[in-house]
Amino acid sequence: MKGNLNDLRQGAHNTWEELETSALTVRIGTPTCGRAAGSLDTLQTFQERIAKEGVEAHLIEVGCMGLCFAEPLVMIHNPQAGLPPILYGPITHEHVQRLVEGIVMGDDPCLELALGTVEFKADGTPYIPEMPRFEIEERLVLRNCGYIDPLNIEHYLARGGYLTLQRILQTEPEKVVSEVEQARLRGRGGAGFHTARKWRICRQMEEGPKYLICNADEGDPGAFMDRVVLESDPQSVIEGMVIAAHAIGASRGFVYTRAEYPLVMERLKVALAQAREIGVLGDAILGSGFNFDIELVGGAGAFACGEETAMIASIEGQRGMPRPRPPYPAVYGLFGEPTVVDNVKTFALVQRILEQGGEWFSRIGTPNSTGTAVFALAGRVEQIGLVEVPMGTSLREVIYTVGGGIPEGRQFKAVQIGGPAGGCLPESSLDLPVDYDSLQEAGAIMGSGGMVVLDENNCMVETARFFVDFLARECCGKCTMGRLGVKQMLLILEDFVKGEGDEEDLDLLEKLAEDIGEGCLCHLGGSAANPVLTTLRYFRDEYEAHVKEKRCPALVCKDLITYYIVPEKCERACDHCVLTCPTEAIATDERTRLKKILQDKCVKCGTCLDVCPPEYSAVIKVSPPEKAKELEEAAGG
Amino acid sequence: MEELQGLLKTYPANRYSLLRILQAVQRQMGYLPEEALREVASYVGVSPAEVYGVATFYNQFRFIPYGKHHTVVCLGTACHAMGGQLILDAFERELDIKAGEITPDHEWSLDRVGCIGCCTKAPVVVMNDAINAKMRPFKVEEVLAGLGLQLKRNKDSEGEEAGEREP
Repeated sequence: MKGNLNDLRQGAHNTWEELETSALTVRIGTPTCGRAAGSLDTLQTFQERIAKEGVEAHLIEVGCMGLCFAEPLVMIHNPQAGLPPILYGPITHEHVQRLVEGIVMGDDPCLELALGTVEFKADGTPYIPEMPRFEIEERLVLRNCGYIDPLNIEHYLARGGYLTLQRILQTEPEKVVSEVEQARLRGRGGAGFHTARKWRICRQMEEGPKYLICNADEGDPGAFMDRVVLESDPQSVIEGMVIAAHAIGASRGFVYTRAEYPLVMERLKVALAQAREIGVLGDAILGSGFNFDIELVGGAGAFACGEETAMIASIEGQRGMPRPRPPYPAVYGLFGEPTVVDNVKTFALVQRILEQGGEWFSRIGTPNSTGTAVFALAGRVEQIGLVEVPMGTSLREVIYTVGGGIPEGRQFKAVQIGGPAGGCLPESSLDLPVDYDSLQEAGAIMGSGGMVVLDENNCMVETARFFVDFLARECCGKCTMGRLGVKQMLLILEDFVKGEGDEEDLDLLEKLAEDIGEGCLCHLGGSAANPVLTTLRYFRDEYEAHVKEKRCPALVCKDLITYYIVPEKCERACDHCVLTCPTEAIATDERTRLKKILQDKCVKCGTCLDVCPPEYSAVIKVSPPEKAKELEEAAGG
Repeated sequence: MEELQGLLKTYPANRYSLLRILQAVQRQMGYLPEEALREVASYVGVSPAEVYGVATFYNQFRFIPYGKHHTVVCLGTACHAMGGQLILDAFERELDIKAGEITPDHEWSLDRVGCIGCCTKAPVVVMNDAINAKMRPFKVEEVLAGLGLQLKRNKDSEGEEAGEREP
């Protein structure tokens, strides 16, 4: 099939145009998270219904549409009915029948299942106005995500895929580097190093084997951007990699991805094979003299391997431990040869930059942080999902306009940004522009883009303990500060959440965190202090409540709370809590039918609070634990 | 072990292949038994200690087999913020094992994971490769009972019947 990419694209383009304008299409998002919500069931039911009714409809499996809160998502376009494409969600298999009868076979837009409100144009035709989030979002990395079939390279070609590569292969490598330099692109893996600078160093190394690695080891808990990009639009990343390889003169590339991402592995395997088949990967790419192929490497579940030198060690079959830099991998990398390691999103952006020009890219975002940032918005926020905004957008806009704010009218407490080694920023930081430098100043980092929102029901001391626990488990063990320092921070924090710390420990923790920031070998270890330092800086009052009053203000820390059933609110005849308590810790008074928690049996699982019907809300948490006794005595007396 | 030899031969016998070989062995056997580690060491040409050193570094590798029903509780940031620890507590309580262990009858095994990237469905649990979204502690009992586990509180109250579960 090599050599006639233009013909192939023309064919793909024609098919796509027909699909877009006149065909009846049903797009279903089936990335990992969609599957968790049951999208495969939805897909199967659609297949069955459509086959049974004998309708000619194109079912297209697409990746993530970004609106993860409404998964499973379905987008239906029925041009015959004169309707624009309508997005529906959440659509489980029970809704399929209604959609098939309504919009697929008829002209009923099934608005009750659609996302967003429906309005009418002057001429009476219904339309769904764009959600407010789309006004601030700018999709460069996510351009194709949720729109094209990731396993069909023709969709990618039809959208202009590999046109850029065709042109680049006729361009001097130095010009490619200059274009990226003009774009002022900074690495999307978190540290924000200038991509072009790294490339140039590698390019200028003498002839010999050079390697290119795509870092898809998205180990940060709470982050899933790279997974989504690879599951939804793998060809963009592959094209970006081939362009980068041409620029630096690499002949072999690797995509290193997590063992926990089986679907990424599966889809990449298919995508790589398709790219080879049309001749954009392999020997003599598109008839040029340039050879480059990509190998897929599955990680084995080690957070430290996200650090570039550790990743290189892992590809070499060693323990994934970082080594001191310099020498940087661009000089001495994989198998001792010059190597460039870049993040998934960096490669996707490289493709866009070479397509649209560095000058165009540099005008998006802020002068020092150009382009867009992709965030995985999760935690206590209404519309969780994937967000791409220009750099410089404020945290408030991301959380409130895009994310729709905090559910159930609860109070915002903090946003945890940049992965476990990032920081927790309070309400007063919400107007900070999101860019590399502002976040660093506030004590957090851009990181790879995880953004977890915490509300009044989250304890900041517990949150710090959680991150430090994660980092202590994942520490590679090479340097002393990482191995022992982080462990010591954890021990102090564990004391705090049990109410066993004292004020001296608070100072010790702060001092230790500062030293760890200074003394670790790699930046993963060095930034391990961030969660502690930022929570101490912005939420010291919560630490003090734990230490001085043995009280957890957010009512989270198990050892500092008790559950209590308010007698005036208990409905008495309802037995929800008694029947569901896993340890039979709730007793019913034979005479009054009042429920009471037997504290010595209670394991504080929270089930009673979960199941107590909202109209009663009789179960509450109190802190410090003795308070339950006081309340009981007061009620009894 | 003959099968293992056949598998090993499909990989080049050098130090660089070690990680990929270990992954392949685990895929085939479900875990890494000591004999397999020794075979791998002699095939690759390094000491068993080095193979063990690499294997124990990575979370993916297991040194005990899976139970018939394998559960992984996600404790990523989002899952933690949404109460993931309570879910793990519930599994540990009901199965009477800790994360990383297997029940004596080899029916149930339990693990924790740093994050599976399904943060929008938090808290999540992966049971026998299927993802259970938005878990609650009381749902843990439901899913376990659905897979045939005799729940603790029923077991305690029914006394003798509990003894029938194989030791």
